[in-house]
Amino acid sequence: MFEGGLYPYWIVIFLMMTGLYVVISRDNLVKKVIGLNIFQVSVIMFYVAMGKVRGGTAPIEADGFTVYSNPLPHVLMLTAIVVGVATTALALSLVVRIHEAYETIEEDELRELEREEEA
Amino acid sequence: MTGGETDLLARVSDDLPALQIAVPLLSAAVCLIVRRPRAAWSVAMAVAWGSFASACVLLSWVLHGGPISYAEGGWQPPWGIELRIDLLNALVLMVVTGICAIVLTASPRSLDQEVWREHHHKFYALYLLCMTGLAGMTVTGDAFNIFVFLEISSLSSYALIAQGTTRRALTSALQYLVMGTIGGTFILLGIGMIYMVTGTLNIADMAVQLATVGPNRTVLVALACIGIGTGIKLAVFPLHIWLPNAYTYAPAVVTAFLAATATKVAYYVLLRFIFSVFGAEFAGEMRLDAVLMPLAIAAMFVGSFVAIFQDDLKRMLAYSSVAQIGYMVLGLSLATVSGLTGGLVHLFNHAIMKSGLFLVMAAVLLRVGSTRLEAFAGLGRRMPLTMAAFVAGGLSLIGVPLTVGFVSKWYLVMGAFEAGLWPVAVLILLSSLLAVVYIWRVVEVAYFREPPEEAPEVQEAPFSLLAPTWVLIGATVVFGIFTSLSVGVASAAARMLLGIEL
Repeated sequence: MFEGGLYPYWIVIFLMMTGLYVVISRDNLVKKVIGLNIFQVSVIMFYVAMGKVRGGTAPIEADGFTVYSNPLPHVLMLTAIVVGVATTALALSLVVRIHEAYETIEEDELRELEREEEA
Repeated sequence: MTGGETDLLARVSDDLPALQIAVPLLSAAVCLIVRRPRAAWSVAMAVAWGSFASACVLLSWVLHGGPISYAEGGWQPPWGIELRIDLLNALVLMVVTGICAIVLTASPRSLDQEVWREHHHKFYALYLLCMTGLAGMTVTGDAFNIFVFLEISSLSSYALIAQGTTRRALTSALQYLVMGTIGGTFILLGIGMIYMVTGTLNIADMAVQLATVGPNRTVLVALACIGIGTGIKLAVFPLHIWLPNAYTYAPAVVTAFLAATATKVAYYVLLRFIFSVFGAEFAGEMRLDAVLMPLAIAAMFVGSFVAIFQDDLKRMLAYSSVAQIGYMVLGLSLATVSGLTGGLVHLFNHAIMKSGLFLVMAAVLLRVGSTRLEAFAGLGRRMPLTMAAFVAGGLSLIGVPLTVGFVSKWYLVMGAFEAGLWPVAVLILLSSLLAVVYIWRVVEVAYFREPPEEAPEVQEAPFSLLAPTWVLIGATVVFGIFTSLSVGVASAAARMLLGIEL
């Protein structure tokens, strides 16, 4: 299972599950956003690992190099990184607004406040 | 016309698929620059109605001349990015841009009440960005493009929801953001796995390559990832928990807009991946129907049942949306021509009736200041036209003959019989009865209960809000009687998805 080329995927799965677990289990909204980030980063790593060819260089023609890594998944991840940054920025700005409105960013306390509001 | 003008016209019409994305994207920036609320609104209006008109043109071209393929930047597919429009996405595009335009027409009065005027131009910019994303997801023929446009539309819709007047809009938007991002990331993961197997991102090419590769575990996991990802965006039961909060606390026009477009486009993406990329045969082998059908039926009952007990009508309609999404997914899981036609027609029908009903909520919120059930007391007499629209839309939700709701349920029931599943047909009818209950609760309060003594005078909703509402509600009746456009296109698209020749 752990032979040669597959180990990056184990790291991907470990990161992904860590991120997802943090999102689900933490009450602190900032920690949730961090978890979300780890989750997204795992997919970026997945694409990068997918495009990498062992011993391959950057896909630029030069004498003496015949093995190239696939640049396409790497390029796609530039877009995904931008998406990730935008999501994190928006999430954090919402957390700031939530802190202004509720004076807490603990989800259990927020839930308590909202229940009181409804009653 | 001079030669130059014809040239220009021909070039514009050649580029129509790309303009569908480029124009709203650039106009969003224009909205930010002009700053004045009414000017920004005018820009957005021109763009939205223009997009709707060109979506109609595209649909008629596809109907007469077959699918349109547009190579972005002149790079030929499958290497370059392809925009590909066939009957299925031409229909979805028309629904999305049409609803965008009509809801936008209705929005200024409602926004004056709910969003500070200094923020209106930003609101319209976000609205156009969201429309860009939705239109982009619909027209593109490139799988990675779907992810990018999905995130464009999602990020702007989180910000739109956060504009709501209460502070709960913020927590709802964050909840949707967390779930939506997980959904989007799963879709990205699934696309990556298909790319690993096929080495292509072009949807049509993926289908060709997958057929030669044959089923293996990576493809199966890709199907699961995309299923979960789109399931979250589509709010399939039990992945719907973000939806009621988001719809309840968003500004009323945002709810009318998102309820009719965001989930519909997610449904389209699910259909596209299951039937165009993986193929109906593979999905059948994997018993996807055995997963989706119980969830769809559970959604129909749980959504409608929970809706009965809601005191806030926006929330009630949100739960009703969960149920209606169940009907659409049921049509997908039947995977027969009638069933799939039913699902697609319901996409069209539910979009117009739900946005109509949410615009009624916007009108009531504007005049009465609340959408709680007790605020509706006596509204049948005080806002007769608005409440009549609610009743007509409600009848459509139930599925009374001569409304669009009946048309979609008819095809779903036929689809259930075609698949040899008569108990499913019975369940469709039973769940419709639950809709009778939650609509009747409102009708009873609005028409048969006196308003409280100290209640202030209430005026009928302003024309600018009433007219778009009645256009949508009128459409639910017109398309309930003249079904040739909606059902004709939907059944042709269903045959195409199932690979049956016309």
